[in-house]
Amino acid sequence: MALLTFDKKRHPRQTRISLIAVALLLIAFPFFASQFGNSWVRIMDMALLYIMLALGLNIVVGFAGLLDLGYIAFYAIGAYTAGLLASPQFADVLQSFVDTYPALGHFLVMLFGAQISAHGIHLSIWLIVPLSALIAGLFGALLGAPTLKLRGDYLAIVTLGFGEIIRIFVNNLNAPVNITNGPQGINLIDPVHIAGVSLGGEPGSGSIVKFLGLSMPSVNAYYFLFLALCIAVVFFSLRLQDSRLGRAWVAIREDEIAAKAMGINTRNVKLLAFAMGASFGGVAGAMFASFQGFVSPESFSLTESIAVLAMVVLGGIGHIPGVVLGGVILAALPEVLRHVVEPLQMSLFGRVWIDAEVLRQLLYGLAMVVIMLTRPAGLWPAARHEDRPEADHPHGDGPADVVKA
Amino acid sequence: MSTTLLKIADVSKRFGGLQALSGVSLTITQGQIYGLIGPNGAGKTTFFNVITGLYQPDTGSFELAGKPYSPSAPHAVAKAGIARTFQNIRLFGDMTVLENVMVGCHVRTKQTLLGAILRHKAARDEEAAIREKSQKLLDFVGIGKFASRTARHLSYGDQRRLEIARALATEPQLLALDEPAAGMNATEKLGLRELLVKIQAEGKTVLLIEHDVKLMMGLCDRLTVLDYGKPIAEGVPAEIQKNQAVIEAYLGASH
Repeated sequence: MALLTFDKKRHPRQTRISLIAVALLLIAFPFFASQFGNSWVRIMDMALLYIMLALGLNIVVGFAGLLDLGYIAFYAIGAYTAGLLASPQFADVLQSFVDTYPALGHFLVMLFGAQISAHGIHLSIWLIVPLSALIAGLFGALLGAPTLKLRGDYLAIVTLGFGEIIRIFVNNLNAPVNITNGPQGINLIDPVHIAGVSLGGEPGSGSIVKFLGLSMPSVNAYYFLFLALCIAVVFFSLRLQDSRLGRAWVAIREDEIAAKAMGINTRNVKLLAFAMGASFGGVAGAMFASFQGFVSPESFSLTESIAVLAMVVLGGIGHIPGVVLGGVILAALPEVLRHVVEPLQMSLFGRVWIDAEVLRQLLYGLAMVVIMLTRPAGLWPAARHEDRPEADHPHGDGPADVVKA
Repeated sequence: MSTTLLKIADVSKRFGGLQALSGVSLTITQGQIYGLIGPNGAGKTTFFNVITGLYQPDTGSFELAGKPYSPSAPHAVAKAGIARTFQNIRLFGDMTVLENVMVGCHVRTKQTLLGAILRHKAARDEEAAIREKSQKLLDFVGIGKFASRTARHLSYGDQRRLEIARALATEPQLLALDEPAAGMNATEKLGLRELLVKIQAEGKTVLLIEHDVKLMMGLCDRLTVLDYGKPIAEGVPAEIQKNQAVIEAYLGASH
């Protein structure tokens, strides 16, 4: 990365310039892109959600070295948290209890009151975000606990199983009591409201959001919300990486026995990694549900887990800017191809030779193979010592300088 | 004489049909360099793994600085005050040399998740203290100038030194070294010897496993000799050298 650098220690000035440039670009993007319709900003919205997911998985896989193939489960848990707590669904849940177990059902109706049993629960985003983080985090620790003694391939298989269990669970939890609405999914999830303004746009306004005198399409409003959450997740990741806890995670990745011998309680520290990673995924899931207004189990298949893992690995495992880049490329590339390929073929050949969907899969696979062949450590891996020989001579040569750096 | 630091009595450990340790006892006095020697397969490393919590013993009583401790988990042992190195070096290869030692500070620091994210003053101060202490330890073992290198790229002898610095970072009462001189050349061994004397001068107690009998005789205050999992001799180096059972264990019985 010659143009942009984020190595604050070595190039503080260039880093500041790079950051400002990126910030301007990110803020300007939706205003520019929405000239060409909503789809480009929508693609970026989804890419931002995937970046959150990838950064969460990066804590588990990149930092702590625990290969998790069922990570999408926490995305699902976050999404269903929003689905149950910010939609009319909860009224159906109570009704289903009344139909199946009248005694329990009437008790629950009494407990929650008439308002909730008629219209469901509608929590605000300020509660949904922390709640989804908390619930997903709890599940992260819960699903992490049985895997503590496993490593490598075995861990991968077990987490893969857990991921599928959650999806199948959600798929079947419509009987005997209907909680998740099964394969039909939960509909009519509230759009995010901030300061009384709905980011989904007021009804009848054609999805135009008016905020502080500014009026923009709904996708743009979500873009800024997701961008803010993404920045928060990056910030948390950076802070964690460079802390006592982050070092303990990396130590476990590098050598678990040595980490134990150094006094690290690997059980607690690993559980914390699972919980932190899962909570990021939970927030992304809740945002996904509010953004789409609809969740169903098929959004949380194994393929999605693999896609998020691919973002982490292709971007540069354990390196936060790399993971962000991986997220953007792998989330946006297929969508961009979908929009570009057919018009391009039409203009070049006058007809569509290869279906966009086919070409998309083809190029996606090809991109992965090429990246892994040419850049095995990822597109943008962490700087290794070999790449920076000047680190040996830290402005002077005295150890005192090293401490400062 | 000064006070007893570590008192271990009657340790036994069986792996299936193999009695790896039977009735091993030893007592280490504060400030000593204590040696544990024996032929290959005598059970030295097993004994090490038992007292540092990597293996669970079948029997045995353990006392550190007058308080009983239970070697049930390695991290608890490190917290109790025993730090160890490994026979086949186990560094955190992809971390820098400094970070390796900083990991060693983990057990004596307490910054939490919240501190890591908020980075309030107490967390920042602790982080700075960890950094400073780690650099000092690197200087102490003589590899301070490599602080920003990746650990796996250190030379073999320096990797051993880094392991010792990392163990010292846990502020141990007892430093347990498993064959620190293995694979070292004569110069490196000499350097290691100087380092161990320096560590002893700092008031640390050292438990040492080693094959190099010559090095051990010159360095240790007391020795225990293991053979087939049993202690066959205990005493100061001069006694050990004359002990008939030890000579037989190393050279075979005379016919």
